[in-house]
Amino acid sequence: MNPRRKKRLIITSSLVLGLSLAVGLVLFALQQNIDLFYTPTEIVKGKNETGIKPEVGQRLRIGGMVLAGTVKRDPESLKVSFDLIDNGGGIVTVFFDGILPDLFREGQGIVAQGELTSATQINAFEVLAKHDEEYMPPEVADALEGMDHLKTEKKI
Amino acid sequence: MLAEIGQLSLAIACMLSLLQTVYPLYGIYARNQSAIESAKILTNLQFVFVTVSLLILSYLFIANDFTVVYVATNSNSALPWYYRLSAVWGAHEGSLLLWAFLLSLWSSAVAVMSKRLPVESIARVLAILGLLSLGFYLFVLLTSNPFLRTLPYFPVDGRDLNPLLQDVGLILHPPMLYMGYVGFSVAFAFAIAALMEGRLDSAWAKWSRPWTMAAWVFLTLGIALGSWWAYYELGWGGWWFWDPVENASFMPWIAGTALIHSLAVSEKRGVFKSWTVLLAISAFSLSLLGTFLVRSGILVSVHAFASDPSRGLFILAFLVLVIGGSLLLYAVQASKVKSRGRYDLLSRESMLLINNILLIAALIVVLLGTLLPLVHKEIGLGSISIGEPFFNKMFSILIVPFALFIGVGPLVRWKRQKINELLKPLSLSLVISTAIAVLFIFLYSSKFTWMALLGVFLGFWILVTTCYELYLRATFRFTLLKGLSKLGYSHWAMSIGHAGFAVMIIGVTMTQNFSIERDVKLAVGESIAFEHYDFHFDALENADGPNFTATAGVFTVLKDDKFVATMKAEKRIYTVQRMPMTEPAIDAGVTRDLYIAMGEVLPDGAWAVRIYYKPFIRWIWFGPLMMGFAGMLMMMDRRYRVKNTTENDSAEVQGVK
Repeated sequence: MNPRRKKRLIITSSLVLGLSLAVGLVLFALQQNIDLFYTPTEIVKGKNETGIKPEVGQRLRIGGMVLAGTVKRDPESLKVSFDLIDNGGGIVTVFFDGILPDLFREGQGIVAQGELTSATQINAFEVLAKHDEEYMPPEVADALEGMDHLKTEKKI
Repeated sequence: MLAEIGQLSLAIACMLSLLQTVYPLYGIYARNQSAIESAKILTNLQFVFVTVSLLILSYLFIANDFTVVYVATNSNSALPWYYRLSAVWGAHEGSLLLWAFLLSLWSSAVAVMSKRLPVESIARVLAILGLLSLGFYLFVLLTSNPFLRTLPYFPVDGRDLNPLLQDVGLILHPPMLYMGYVGFSVAFAFAIAALMEGRLDSAWAKWSRPWTMAAWVFLTLGIALGSWWAYYELGWGGWWFWDPVENASFMPWIAGTALIHSLAVSEKRGVFKSWTVLLAISAFSLSLLGTFLVRSGILVSVHAFASDPSRGLFILAFLVLVIGGSLLLYAVQASKVKSRGRYDLLSRESMLLINNILLIAALIVVLLGTLLPLVHKEIGLGSISIGEPFFNKMFSILIVPFALFIGVGPLVRWKRQKINELLKPLSLSLVISTAIAVLFIFLYSSKFTWMALLGVFLGFWILVTTCYELYLRATFRFTLLKGLSKLGYSHWAMSIGHAGFAVMIIGVTMTQNFSIERDVKLAVGESIAFEHYDFHFDALENADGPNFTATAGVFTVLKDDKFVATMKAEKRIYTVQRMPMTEPAIDAGVTRDLYIAMGEVLPDGAWAVRIYYKPFIRWIWFGPLMMGFAGMLMMMDRRYRVKNTTENDSAEVQGVK
């Protein structure tokens, strides 16, 4: 092989190697870091599309409306729990230890990220409340469509 | 009346941009000199009209003209004048007008400052910029007109600017970021013009290099500003969230960084040319993609503006047209480009190639992480989210080789390098930087982790090798001081830019590894202690402002029983939108920030309070500041300032006809 071709071969193969290494690593890392989105009803009855229920111990995101009268606080610490509901009627309890976002309140659509600890309980490490319905995630808007307390405009 | 004049002015600018596209290209085709020369005049005229349009919109905001829908929804008479002005780009319509204005500003700058370029080349470049302008004007006029009236029933007062945006960071962040985004259009136009002409030579790389660098500087500073804003305004104490919209600005930055390095090779050695062109196309395409992602509302994000499908479709069509068209042109023309230069496996060229490969790998990671949730949802597999852990893991892997090669690269010669000559500087740097890193961790952190040591080592590795390289270069012919003073601006730019990146790595490592974050329940009179610090909650105060009511928590901070600072963290309620906002108190320092944010009042009257200790977080923004400064230095290098460049450059031209 002449040097020019040799150099090209090395460059091309290092490029291919690097790319496949990168994609491989990406897919590997992705496997552990994809959080599926569920509504409370989907946690109770299984995903709309596939009917699959999440397993206990699985990391997931849940979006729904905070059910009025269910917010319970621990007087000694920042521990708090509340129920989430959506238009399918399923109810899931979320436990959280930390500061709730400014816009967290009863009747508000929120998203929580955490781990499923039993069939209808979630230990959240993050709770997000969007600033108003315009800023609400489409999934939550869909899940809450037709419910009271909230104006939800149909997205796209 | 004024709003209508603004709209008319915009429509005229739109027509001018059409002319700017068609007439000069016709002139080139028909060999009509006056038509070719009209490009500059048309560009400047277009700039005048779009400026008038933007000034009118600004005036409408300053004058509180609530008969205009956009003003009524995004401003309020109680808003201070500077926020009324920045409200111009506070929402969708105005920010697009700003985008169109900046595109025109860049085009005009190209027209005015490129006297030494052949008039025909510049006409091509301006024609392409005109086409891009046309797309954006049509978008503004057809789907997002900021001059719409509310008549006849106009509101007495406006709905106020989103309180999150009422901040000095937001006055500056969007224009800076957009200057960067839009600036890549110039590199794009130069690349497309060169492809159309079938002439890609070192002269082309030389012309487009300062422009690309200018755009990159704006983008770098814009992103850093955004990160700083998020840190003190969102009240979470984070500086980067891997939010899809942040990623949308990060992707063009990565492509742009690859581009400025690849352009350097194309200019100096005449190789990598077709790759450089592809990068120029990618950088701008990614800017457009970013706009599409943000403006169409298909992404879930704190930044997402209210969605409107027709807008999304318009940008998508524009995106397909621009990216598809330019890639098609590339496919047809790129094969004609020949790179003549030769280089060995161990050479500066190879080092920069590795830089590019790693950057592209990072780009793919971000692109996948941002778009996969979209794809996943569209193919019916349900909504997913890809969070911080994924990106953090990927980037901590990629940064290792990247940082190592930043250290090695500048020490390696163009064309060919003997490996023996590298051994001494590299092994010496390795020893010194390891020693400094260990000492640094020992001095500034209470515990030890291998990840932290690795990160700090990488930072110092870059710093030490950079200094070593400067030393070697300076003492090659002269004494150290004389040698240093003889170094060109662009050499200093490289060193300072790399050092800035190193500073950022150190900042990120320290912040990510040694931050202490406490969410605590505190009543007035109570205190909490950690890491030698003692936070005492003294009192609650009233802290009302012009358009909000606020409660402030006053804290006294002691370190080892010595007074450090009094800090006032606020909880505001913006009266018009009834929106609560957290205004944290920050005690900033070179080696650490103290950060207090008021959470919520608990039923028993105590407050939920976040108290953070963030070591070296300022370094995360000081690094990009250095990089931005380095970019400006590079633009001032002598070879871009000399008026009459010798035509030697074009002698290198490899005819591609």
